[in-house]
Amino acid sequence: MPEASILVRDLSKTYDKGSVLAVDKVSFEVKPGELFGLIGADGAGKSTIFRILTTVLLADSGTAHMAGFDVVRDYRKIRNLVGYMPGKFSLYQDLTVRENLEFFATVFGTTIDANMDLIKDIYDQIKPFSGRRAGKLSGGMKQKLALCCALIHKPAVLLLDEPTTGVDVVSRKEFWEMLKKLKAQGITIIVSTPYMDEAKLCERIALIQNGRIMSVDTPVNIIKSYPGKLFAAKSNDIYKLLKDFRAHPEIESCYAFGDYIHITLKDPSSSGLEVLNRIAMENNHSNVQIKEIKPGIEDSFILLMSQQKDLVQLTTTK
Amino acid sequence: MKQLLVFVKKEFKQVFRDPRTLLIMFGLPIAQIVLFGFALTSEVKNIDILISDHSKDVVTTEIVSKIKATNYFIVHEKTMGDQEIEKTFKGGKIQCILIFPDGFNNELIHQGKSEVQIIADGTDPNTAKTMINYLTTILNEYQLQKFPSSALRYQIRTEPRMLFNEEDNGSMNYIPGVMALILMLVCTALTSVSIVKEKELGTMEILLVSPFRPVMVLVAKAVPYFILSLVNFTIILLLSVFLLHIDVRGSLLLLYAESALFILTCLSLGLLISNSTNAQQTALLISMMGMMLPTIIFTGFIFPLENMPWILRTVSNIVPSKWYFIIVKAVMLKGLGFRFVWKETLILIFMTVVLLSVALKKFKIRLQ
Repeated sequence: MPEASILVRDLSKTYDKGSVLAVDKVSFEVKPGELFGLIGADGAGKSTIFRILTTVLLADSGTAHMAGFDVVRDYRKIRNLVGYMPGKFSLYQDLTVRENLEFFATVFGTTIDANMDLIKDIYDQIKPFSGRRAGKLSGGMKQKLALCCALIHKPAVLLLDEPTTGVDVVSRKEFWEMLKKLKAQGITIIVSTPYMDEAKLCERIALIQNGRIMSVDTPVNIIKSYPGKLFAAKSNDIYKLLKDFRAHPEIESCYAFGDYIHITLKDPSSSGLEVLNRIAMENNHSNVQIKEIKPGIEDSFILLMSQQKDLVQLTTTK
Repeated sequence: MKQLLVFVKKEFKQVFRDPRTLLIMFGLPIAQIVLFGFALTSEVKNIDILISDHSKDVVTTEIVSKIKATNYFIVHEKTMGDQEIEKTFKGGKIQCILIFPDGFNNELIHQGKSEVQIIADGTDPNTAKTMINYLTTILNEYQLQKFPSSALRYQIRTEPRMLFNEEDNGSMNYIPGVMALILMLVCTALTSVSIVKEKELGTMEILLVSPFRPVMVLVAKAVPYFILSLVNFTIILLLSVFLLHIDVRGSLLLLYAESALFILTCLSLGLLISNSTNAQQTALLISMMGMMLPTIIFTGFIFPLENMPWILRTVSNIVPSKWYFIIVKAVMLKGLGFRFVWKETLILIFMTVVLLSVALKKFKIRLQ
């Protein structure tokens, strides 16, 4: 299998005659055989990047290369070597599982049997439903079928746009197991997801917000580069605690995170635990638990997001 | 090539699994043919006529029984005065009144002539004229039969014949028109929806990101609907021949060839619509609602094009079904050969080429 890299330089794309900026000077690189994640909320511009890479959308400016081919000039070559799974379930709902697979295999000039080794693990799971119409499958099954169809021609690059959105936890886990196996076969994979817990499963990730890439690195490095200390707090009235912390001048940021509140302080040299306990005492909170924690990928993301917001505010007020 | 074959097979499967498509494809034509063939005829039958016979002699009785013998009239008899005439028409049921004056037979025998009055409801002029024609014909026939010698020595007798339609079969003019209408609407609508559907469901995105040449999508869509439309045409033809008793006078082969050409024209139009829209609803709206009225009006089978102002006649020239209607009438009803329809054929070919090239030009190899 040819090893394929992806190179994106200063890609920009607007919609509605330039009024909506979807992708803003995005640059990143994916190494051959890498499992690369685009992490961002809905509307961050992930799908637009996918569509430009798969040649079905033209960028306003910037360049993108897939396996050395230009996405505009060599679109036909790229269409031969990529496997693409759009965000929306896009197979024929009125055809059966088997018919969908057969159809896409033929369209890609191959047969199901020729590439059975690649899709076998996934196909075995949907095989009991091979006579069922695709529209009648469950969410997880649909994703598996779509992945099979995207893989049927042994693509050098696999682009998966939010493959696990709307899929149950067990199926999501299985799905990522499969991606790892595919990666082991040397396929370059770009996957997008709004779920932060999935970011850790990628080799490298790009955090994207409002069409801009905020950071590209390995998940470990992104967490490592988290500046300062992070604290988690909890009390009987967690909502009041959140409000009290936010109102206090010594607190830099404060947000709800599961059962806890995550807090950062303005002064990194101060003893955080003391400060936070004092604030909680002053506001008469009971059952207060405060501890220092290691930041996760979400914390990095939230920090980067707030920095970008500040940056945007700064540029607009100038 | 194998890819195309599989694509066509897939298309057929989808058609036969979609009850809505099947209904439009085969239900609509059957309903239309039966409707136009039986219900919407221009023949006037079962006219409610009131005969006011003031004379009641041998001659009037004979005439009345003659009128009763036809299946055009339902005869009501009532002797009444002039002042009641208007009231009768206002009642709404009676469409026509025939009045024999007092002493009809006497005058006929002694003075050599007699008068009879026909009063028809003129709010529907066409029906009124037809009714008056029927009655005049019956009276004339009776006169000739009863007094052959009394006829003038020199007289011009008209002998009308309705060529190609001797029995005055009202379905005859409608059938070619309905054929044109159905093929035009069904063909265009289904083709236009089929491509837009792929766009709407997102499958187009996957097809684009595949080695399959985008233009082949158009071909793959056109082939099944071409075949289905020919089947459709055959159904209409069979219904016309066996249900409405219309003979195919000309060459069946020529009729099929011309129909195939017309189907191609409609397919091209459908492809053009689907390449210009992004939603099934829009495509269906344009191809069904948007085209229904122009097709009905400008094909010329309901409203004669000759009577339209020049501007509307000019517009009618760009409606493909008009030309197909002329061809079908010529080939099917009059039994004419290709020699007589080559001009119309050429126009349809030209339209197909233009529509198809615009459709191809508008086809996008990318989204948006």
